[in-house]
Amino acid sequence: MPHGRSREDGSEDRARCSGMRIGSKPSKVALFITSGFSLSALSSCTSPQSTLAGAGLEASQVEHLFWIMLVGAVVIWFITIGLSIYATKVRPGRHSEKTGTRLIVWGGAVFPTVVLTALLVYGLALMPEFRAEADGPMIAVSGERFWFRVAYDVEGEPGVVKSLPPGGVESANEIWLPVGRRTELLLGSPDVVHSFWVPSIAGKMDMIPGRVNRLVVEPTKEGVFNGVCTEFCGDAHGQMGFRVIVVSEEAYAAYVEAQNKPADVTSGPGHDAFMQNGCDACHAVRGTEANGAVGPDLTHLGSRLTIAAGLLENTPENVAEFIRATEHVKQGVEMPSYGILPDEEIIAIAAWLEQLK
Amino acid sequence: MSDLPSSSAAGIGAIDFSDPATPNYPDPPKPQTIGASHVDQEDPDVRDAQAKRLIWVWEAPKGWKYWSAVNNTEVGIWYTSTAFIFMLFAGVLGLMVRVQLAVPENDFLTANFYNQVYTLHGTVMMFLFAVPIFEAMAIILLPEMLGARDLPFPRLSAFGYWCFLIGGVFVCGSIFFSSAPSSGWFMYPPLTTQERFTPGYGADIWLLGLSFIEVASIAAAVELIVGSLKCRPPGMRLNLMPLYAWYVLVVAGMILFAFPPLIAGDILFEMERLFNWPFFDPERGGDPMLWQHLFWIFGHPEVYIVFLPAIALIAMIVPTFARRPIVGYSWIVLAAVGTGFLSFGLWVHHMFTTGLPSISLGFFSAASEAVAIPTGVQIFVFLATLLVGRVIFSVPMLFVSGSLAIFVIGGLTGVMVALAPFDWQAHDTYFVVAHLHYVLIGGMLFPIVAGIYYWWPILGGRTLSDRLGKIAFWMMFVGFNVGFFPMHFSGLMGMPRRVWTYPTGLGLDLPNLVSTVGAFVFAAGFLVFVADVLRPRGHLPYAKRNHWNAGTLEWLSEPEDKGWGVRSIPVIKSRYPIWDQPNFIDDVDNGRFYMPDAEELKRETMVTSVLDAEPIQCLRVPGPTFMTMWAAAFLGAVFIFATFHWWYLTIAAMVLATGSILVWVWRGTAIVPEKREKDVGLGLTLPLYVSGPKAVGWWAMFITMIGDGTAFMSLIFGYFFYVTIHAEFPPAVTTGPGVFWPVAAFVVFALTWGLAYAARQLNEAGQVTIARLSMGAGGVVALLAGVVMLLGPYLTGLDPVSHVYPATVWIIAIWTAVHAAAGSIMLFYCLARSIFGHLTPVYDADIRNVALYWHFVLATAFVTVATLAFAPLLS
Repeated sequence: MPHGRSREDGSEDRARCSGMRIGSKPSKVALFITSGFSLSALSSCTSPQSTLAGAGLEASQVEHLFWIMLVGAVVIWFITIGLSIYATKVRPGRHSEKTGTRLIVWGGAVFPTVVLTALLVYGLALMPEFRAEADGPMIAVSGERFWFRVAYDVEGEPGVVKSLPPGGVESANEIWLPVGRRTELLLGSPDVVHSFWVPSIAGKMDMIPGRVNRLVVEPTKEGVFNGVCTEFCGDAHGQMGFRVIVVSEEAYAAYVEAQNKPADVTSGPGHDAFMQNGCDACHAVRGTEANGAVGPDLTHLGSRLTIAAGLLENTPENVAEFIRATEHVKQGVEMPSYGILPDEEIIAIAAWLEQLK
Repeated sequence: MSDLPSSSAAGIGAIDFSDPATPNYPDPPKPQTIGASHVDQEDPDVRDAQAKRLIWVWEAPKGWKYWSAVNNTEVGIWYTSTAFIFMLFAGVLGLMVRVQLAVPENDFLTANFYNQVYTLHGTVMMFLFAVPIFEAMAIILLPEMLGARDLPFPRLSAFGYWCFLIGGVFVCGSIFFSSAPSSGWFMYPPLTTQERFTPGYGADIWLLGLSFIEVASIAAAVELIVGSLKCRPPGMRLNLMPLYAWYVLVVAGMILFAFPPLIAGDILFEMERLFNWPFFDPERGGDPMLWQHLFWIFGHPEVYIVFLPAIALIAMIVPTFARRPIVGYSWIVLAAVGTGFLSFGLWVHHMFTTGLPSISLGFFSAASEAVAIPTGVQIFVFLATLLVGRVIFSVPMLFVSGSLAIFVIGGLTGVMVALAPFDWQAHDTYFVVAHLHYVLIGGMLFPIVAGIYYWWPILGGRTLSDRLGKIAFWMMFVGFNVGFFPMHFSGLMGMPRRVWTYPTGLGLDLPNLVSTVGAFVFAAGFLVFVADVLRPRGHLPYAKRNHWNAGTLEWLSEPEDKGWGVRSIPVIKSRYPIWDQPNFIDDVDNGRFYMPDAEELKRETMVTSVLDAEPIQCLRVPGPTFMTMWAAAFLGAVFIFATFHWWYLTIAAMVLATGSILVWVWRGTAIVPEKREKDVGLGLTLPLYVSGPKAVGWWAMFITMIGDGTAFMSLIFGYFFYVTIHAEFPPAVTTGPGVFWPVAAFVVFALTWGLAYAARQLNEAGQVTIARLSMGAGGVVALLAGVVMLLGPYLTGLDPVSHVYPATVWIIAIWTAVHAAAGSIMLFYCLARSIFGHLTPVYDADIRNVALYWHFVLATAFVTVATLAFAPLLS
């Protein structure tokens, strides 16, 4: 097992909040420093969007790196400020110019050189492990204004292709990952620059039109995590998110297989209203004649936790509200509002979509 | 050649109001006909008469004509006040951001308006405050510190100011029509270059408005470089320069190399947005990454362009309050120069998440960490000076200490984000928002406020209030930390920057609320400072001269401003002459040094040599004019009309702008003096007119062309950037521009260069007629060179809309052709100057500068042809 050590590091019995988890000395200092923000720090322990609640190999190690750097920074800050107080208040004018020059050489040049070299060696040494080869599935994720297109089990040559490989099992705004596997994400965009970030699992990677970027992630804990777009992409940028659901390998395989199936329900008043009002021009529901490719694939919308790219909980009321007042619910969204439709049609469409598990 | 003794009365007598160095004021005092070496300087009547003349000649115009002033004091004060007004405006925008984010799911602003607000906040703070405030303060302070009466090109400073004002009002005003730019201050394409994503004029306003302001910045950089290299007082060798002048030199040099890549990027950007040339459109071979590279090659040095001048202020303040010279002068100079160099090798750390190879990330991580070392040296130089000296505390020192405490935190978080793996998490989150505000407010705003408290006795004649200063400091310091420290945590808790709202339940509610409260306290503290500056204090007594007992030359200035800068231009033997040179102030005041008089009622300052500051010229500098305002207004009109695609008006404004610049230059530069040389006192006689490398104008041309060449090389970088990302570049199907036409163009360029050079040599040799023929022929052939350069892509049918290759070829060819056209105007200008007697074998600055210009154009043409004609053959 090439990454055995790190997976043990991230085993489930580990406490959620790392600031408290690490019992070593530096972290206590760190905790002391952050005590002024203890409320915020506490909430970060339970937040699904925090870098301080690492649930992936990379996030956990960077979190560790952060606490080390924080302690170092606090020490250096106190030394510098202490020195200036000493110089101005405690013993003014008692030192020779030679002492001053020595201070410049040792404090200003030698000390930072040594500290920074050590930090650089330690920090950069982490990179090869983060960037190691994948041993799990390959998933394509496309950032589009303002949602995430997801395709499981794609095939392609990362780093060579200029656009994401076609095919795969399509879904949107929800990415399932097998725990403990290194999954390769191919990231691209058809429109503007976006950036893919799941704070609890790994650092971010940009999604750039005309390029395919590759990010290998290794989630170490099962659970539901938030992902967000972090490169400004237009008015709805602030509400362009997704969920990451980390499950066992078996559950992952079952999920992809289920997503691959056509829609469960392919008739009824909701289905008819969907087709008659032209929703199929943009959305695909596999198993029906709806095959639009502009907006998210809705074949299994009912199975997702959220709608509107991580914005709302997935309930029939929210789906109806989103259809009715799209621009109001999510400002800047590309989908037009369908408030002109009779309410019973909207409710029927929402009800049908919710049946698509 | 000249047979006139220095004390001769020849040429003196009639006051020449057509000479721009003589201000057109009523009641001129009587001119002096005896040279300064031959008067009895100890006679009070003589001194009074001298002082009268100096005051008359350096006085600012009265009434509405006040706005025609060009002297560094007036322009500097307008510049500084305007920058602060923009800053307050951007501050209000910042508070609007904080109100919107105070609580989750707030609807104080709509998403679109929020995006305009935060974009303008960043843009205005960076481009209309942080960089211009450096130029503004330097325009005031640099001549004072160098004991110069003005900067070498006062009208250029005024022109820069009017550009800044017009462009700034245009950019800021857009938000009142809800059409401000809305994509963040770094405007990444393709979001910003394609109308389908960003309809309206917002992106154009950003781009054209700022391009216009960048012109002003480069103008200021040229002015300041020449100012610090050539306008030092005699004896002030480079190693005696005040540290502020060193920083000005470094920072102006950085502007010269940092802004041109952005200008090149702007050109590509606007060509895509206006004419659909696909530089950043991957579907036609473009790449959005090129903008990111060009932007950050500018953007990272820009951080240091903002930060170093503020450090320079501290470097002047600290020795005064430590009551001793700075400890480690050479260390801090080396560190400043080192920071300047290193800052150009760090830009990729803004792009750590764009998927670059690990080797690049490692290299740029290391370089980014390395820049902390010279920064550390600079801070420890201050600590060492404080340690060795006996410190007196005061409001300026309070702001300096606050600056240090805040900036060090910003520096330490900078060390964190410089490390690629940590940056992958922190990038584009509120952690970075916190970091950059700690750096900019600690490293820039606090020192500037310190500087204003420190130098106010010079600027305003009176002191600012100690009590209000302390209140302002504590409110700003506490407010700032309460406002921005929690942002580190909101960022780490997953809050991306540039979001107009955030959901509840992620632990972001409390830190954001606290941030908003802190931001308002901070703003209130700043208002206390503004109130202190603005409160009327005419009834208060003047501050005593050299209020803080400092050692540098700007403290020669008298609280009741005399306008002349210094009474006489002193000989410098120390870094802190007021401390070290005996009887210094008295000697200056009694005119015992150089140039104690304005004998002919003309504005004059001394030019010295670059390294050792040996006197080489008594430079006549031009006085008030409205021409610079017209030139700026017409140039502004070019950019504003282009924004709205009013092409005919754009072209008309372009013609008017060129015309007004020519009139300005014609009337105000290379004026043939009434005599060759003049007695400047102490037995020294200096020429009134020099040309070639001794002249400030030659240096200005040289420096401008370095900047120009940098912009050109950025376009060439673009070409080779596309070579690296394409398997085949040019694409296999492309035919143009071929080899023949580019090579032909180069031959014609070489011919023009030869004619320009010959004109210079022939004119110098006294062959005026042949020299004129050569100028006229050069002007015609230069136009031909431009046309032939464009024929290549034209005749081979390159369509710039179809693919990035033809677009790149066209843009490089157009760049070179435009330079040929400008060079043609210059040669015709020289021809006219020669015919009208302003350019003679002796007074030949114009043709020397134009010949220098053509050296650079020839090099440009060479690189163009090598790239367009021969690079494809290699691939």
